[in-house]
Amino acid sequence: MTVISSHKDAKALSFTVVAEFDAGVERVWQVWEDPRQLERWWGPPTWPATFDSHEFVSGGKASYFMTGPGGEKSRGWWRFTAIEAPHRLEFDDGFADENGDPIPTMGTSHAVVRLEAIDNRTRMTMVSTFDSAEALEKVLAMGMEEGMKQALGQIDAILAGSKVG
Amino acid sequence: MVVHELRGAELDRLFQAFADATRRDIVTRVTAGEYSVSRLAEHYAMSFAAVQKHVAALERASLVTKEKRGREQIVRAHHDGLQQARRLLDEYESIWRQRADRIADILAEG
Repeated sequence: MTVISSHKDAKALSFTVVAEFDAGVERVWQVWEDPRQLERWWGPPTWPATFDSHEFVSGGKASYFMTGPGGEKSRGWWRFTAIEAPHRLEFDDGFADENGDPIPTMGTSHAVVRLEAIDNRTRMTMVSTFDSAEALEKVLAMGMEEGMKQALGQIDAILAGSKVG
Repeated sequence: MVVHELRGAELDRLFQAFADATRRDIVTRVTAGEYSVSRLAEHYAMSFAAVQKHVAALERASLVTKEKRGREQIVRAHHDGLQQARRLLDEYESIWRQRADRIADILAEG
């Protein structure tokens, strides 16, 4: 299993997930640092993500959109509040309008990601905290489509002989 | 599914209810057992009326119920409302499980 534990705090609207990967910390850092790798996993297959900017430095911003099954686009932004390669990154995450400008009324979430070496593996701990109803609702609306495809995706991965963790 | 059942206004009330530390603390306390509003008020450095407002916000979000008993107002946890918040986070968890699986796929390519 890739995800080894998760913890939900319904009262604090926070969510923690711990995952371990068969790769070194520097290699796992790249899936965040390199936008071409990031866009391969950030969005589900039904809502793939495209990052049109990715200033991976503290204070930098990223801009991306996710494209839905009917061609509809949902834009988002990140603002990196801490980048400490290769062990820690923090960013605010929110929704954007069609020009890529933040929509403040949509609310944001804040993510803290830590990577630590455990022998030859990497443990990734991610804590996400929400501050609004709309932010979570939109994230979930896009995730539901994904949920329905989950079983299919797993079968595909097994048939392709790739490692699923 | 859950998100379709929870229309905007209802979800707003839920999250606004949880956005405040005092309200979260009230929920924690009444989950363990019923409290009167006056007993709750003893725990916070604020007026009885202010605590009553927090309880009312939690009531609107269906997280607690309030019942008059003599001169007291008794506050209890509303478990269906709490479970609904939990279900939303469950859905979010599944998104991250799938992201982690996709990261593992990318790493497996070398």
